[in-house]
Amino acid sequence: MTRFSAWNVIRNGFSGQQGWSRQWRDPEPRAEYDAIIVGAGLHGLATAYYLAKNHGISRIAVLEKGWLGGGNAGRNTTIVRSNYMMPGNREFYEHSLKLWEELSHELNYNVMFSQRAHVSLFHSPGARDAAARRYNSMRLTGSDGELWDLDTLKHEIPHLDYNNARFPIIGAAVQRRAGTARHDAVAWGYARAADALGVDIIQNCEVTGVRRDGARIVGVDTSRGPIDGKKIGFAVAGNSSRLWQMAGLGRLPIESHKLQAFVSEPLKPLLDQVVVFGVGGAHFYISQSDKGGMVFGGDIDWYKSYAQRGNLPIVQDTAEAAMSILPCLGRVRLLRHWSGVMDMSMDGSPFICKTPLDNLYLNAGWNYGGFKASPASGWYFADLIANDRPHEVIANHDLQRFERGVNIDERGAGPDPKLHG
Amino acid sequence: MIRIPCPFCGERDHSEFSYGGDGSIEYPELDAPAEQWHDAIFLRENIRGMQTETWQHSSGCRLWLLVERDTMTHEIRSVRAAHDGIARAMEASR
Repeated sequence: MTRFSAWNVIRNGFSGQQGWSRQWRDPEPRAEYDAIIVGAGLHGLATAYYLAKNHGISRIAVLEKGWLGGGNAGRNTTIVRSNYMMPGNREFYEHSLKLWEELSHELNYNVMFSQRAHVSLFHSPGARDAAARRYNSMRLTGSDGELWDLDTLKHEIPHLDYNNARFPIIGAAVQRRAGTARHDAVAWGYARAADALGVDIIQNCEVTGVRRDGARIVGVDTSRGPIDGKKIGFAVAGNSSRLWQMAGLGRLPIESHKLQAFVSEPLKPLLDQVVVFGVGGAHFYISQSDKGGMVFGGDIDWYKSYAQRGNLPIVQDTAEAAMSILPCLGRVRLLRHWSGVMDMSMDGSPFICKTPLDNLYLNAGWNYGGFKASPASGWYFADLIANDRPHEVIANHDLQRFERGVNIDERGAGPDPKLHG
Repeated sequence: MIRIPCPFCGERDHSEFSYGGDGSIEYPELDAPAEQWHDAIFLRENIRGMQTETWQHSSGCRLWLLVERDTMTHEIRSVRAAHDGIARAMEASR
């Protein structure tokens, strides 16, 4: 594999771009691996990369039923932030943001991480107090956060609707280090870097069965034959329950819901930040991609679904929210919209944990928040698999936390998955 | 748009309804052991396929309904009032 560097770009510029090699191999599956990760999304690929890089495990396979990065890795709004407050989440997402800041160098692949600031609007003194508490917690725990008053906000983003009589904007909570990244590049970057460390990424390889020997997992049956693994990790958010039941493990604290997102036709530079609007039942987040498209999304579709297609009432909701804060978008045409299947968990927080089977590990329950989490998710999941014990940061990201009464409920919405948007 | 045939109002857009959740959950007795309550509140079958779920016709007759719906195709197989007594009364009056 050719390393990306300024020198190689110049050299290939003079030699007809003939000096590049393919980015990752297309290996045949072996009969046995030291570690198997099911799911070549961002989390699975990151896990394989850190298993090889941080823990020196050499024989690793990542199994993917379709093509890598073809699930929720390609169905998100690419927002990266760490404005979480609950113990566990706070350290976890801050670690993730720090990994993002170095990710392009780490992977020798430009993931186009753009720290353009995440601006969360508030509309009442109560909301401002809540934001102050949250963002002060962030500042006290090694992150950044600030409150913008109305004058600052108007100066930074002059074209929001400041004349909304029902929900007047009075300021914003801002994390400047937050931003967006190029979602495909993250999948490709991790795949390429993992492959360079010897990881076999096996695409078009659907897991069809799980073979067990009592309290151990032996291997998986796949559409490309049986593959054994000394340690196996599931990273298939959206379909975690199905794989879990395939392993004969019963029920998970997860429901699969779908979330829609949208991109408009490309526009000239319009919005420099990620802007979030959420009040009175509305929920809306928007940024502008490097190609100029306005990328935005809203709430989940409310009813449980495994279908990767969305419904029209949410399109209307999202469009109404867009018009509430950015009326200048009124005549912009929608280019595409899509829907991804989310593992919505009972408290809105994920699981990176051991399972009832000795050598099976679970990475699931990412709700809306999987994209930003992927570097840390891979990091801690690899650490769990390699050392067979959870890192202290993810000590409460296990399936037993509800039994212990330790819900990591960032929104305080209670045990109803559809409310953890 | 999913169209839900409400047994009282007729077929309507799903946007008239509020989604409840998994309708197959049976809650234990109040004094049942904590594990039983844990399982009922926190664990889900999360079926891909036909599942029973609750919806309320919140912008219509406000009846709570038990709906059999496919979570992959969104096809609806059956709808009836969630309250047994109401369901029986509606059956009888057909």
